[in-house]
Amino acid sequence: MAVPGVPVLALLVTFFLSTGATAGATAGEAAGLLTVRDAWVRATVEGQTGSGAFMQLTSREDARLIGASSRAAQRVEIHEMRMVNDMMTMRRIESLPLPAGTTVALDHDYHIMLIGLSKQLQPGQIVTLTLQVLDARGMRHAVDVVAPVRALNAAPGRSSPKHD
Amino acid sequence: MTDPSGARRTIAVLAVAALALATLLFLSSGSQGWFGPSSGVRFHGRDVALEDLGGPFTLSDMSNQPRSLSDFRGKVVLLAFGYTHCPDVCPTTLAKFAQVRRLLGADGPRVQVLFVTVDPQRDSAELLRNYVPSFDPDFIGLRGTKAQIDAVTKSFHARYEIVDHQGDIVVDHTASTYVIDTRGKTRILTPYDQPARELADDVLTLLRSP
Repeated sequence: MAVPGVPVLALLVTFFLSTGATAGATAGEAAGLLTVRDAWVRATVEGQTGSGAFMQLTSREDARLIGASSRAAQRVEIHEMRMVNDMMTMRRIESLPLPAGTTVALDHDYHIMLIGLSKQLQPGQIVTLTLQVLDARGMRHAVDVVAPVRALNAAPGRSSPKHD
Repeated sequence: MTDPSGARRTIAVLAVAALALATLLFLSSGSQGWFGPSSGVRFHGRDVALEDLGGPFTLSDMSNQPRSLSDFRGKVVLLAFGYTHCPDVCPTTLAKFAQVRRLLGADGPRVQVLFVTVDPQRDSAELLRNYVPSFDPDFIGLRGTKAQIDAVTKSFHARYEIVDHQGDIVVDHTASTYVIDTRGKTRILTPYDQPARELADDVLTLLRSP
């Protein structure tokens, strides 16, 4: 899918910013609007047809994540996880607000769900995802994300954990 | 025949002893667990000794062999409900259990992890065999008929619900860990977000003072 209407200047600015903040950053793609950090997908075992993708998103301006797709899975959804009276509940949500300049973590409360995986995901492999982002002017942006597959028991969350 | 200075000394000694005892009790009490009915032992997790959760059960393991809770007498059992298609909570919990066993060092082998799937329709014995031991070779995955799973979850006051949103199956389930002592009694309910270190502490408490 094409990337419509992303100004070259914005691309350059984002490139500059993301290389300026390399510490701890892992593979990710930055378009003008959105910076993606620490993207990864949890490995699966044989027979397992779903998994989660996790990442940190920072939008330069107010926007919404409205969808995602990947050739690795039949369906890709944005999920919200909640603990209600000690019960873990998970639901698909239509969109996720990305307030300007705020890093939105897709690690626990939100994640990208890959459903109907075409094959087992093994650590070291790469999964490419395309995020659909809607900016405040109603323009859609497609942002490619390169997410390495991490071990099934990989610790969730940031590359620089809060608690350590 | 009273000796005022001797009495004062006795009082001082008693005061110091009382203070030392209080300090000892405080230090061994942990940071939580001061509320609700309890067995008197202090845990990081919730003391559920008086709530009569769980009890004997038999389910099928990853080789379709029957396994009963009583098979694990002498070990502390960490029991969690979940399903293999779970993107975050279940792998995080199982990874935490593996960490607990590592933290316990020589006592690690005295902990048995049981992962009970609430989604036995999708979680075949084979899938459990691929999934559960990948966190730790000693972990055991258990499954059963819906009636068996319903009976076990009910006995632990755990809940689950399989929700089908146009083919997108999500499974809601109790995320806490049940810590079962060496005699098969459910003692502690550990919240999902309790750190491995605290869970390991609680396990150690049960191993040391069963």
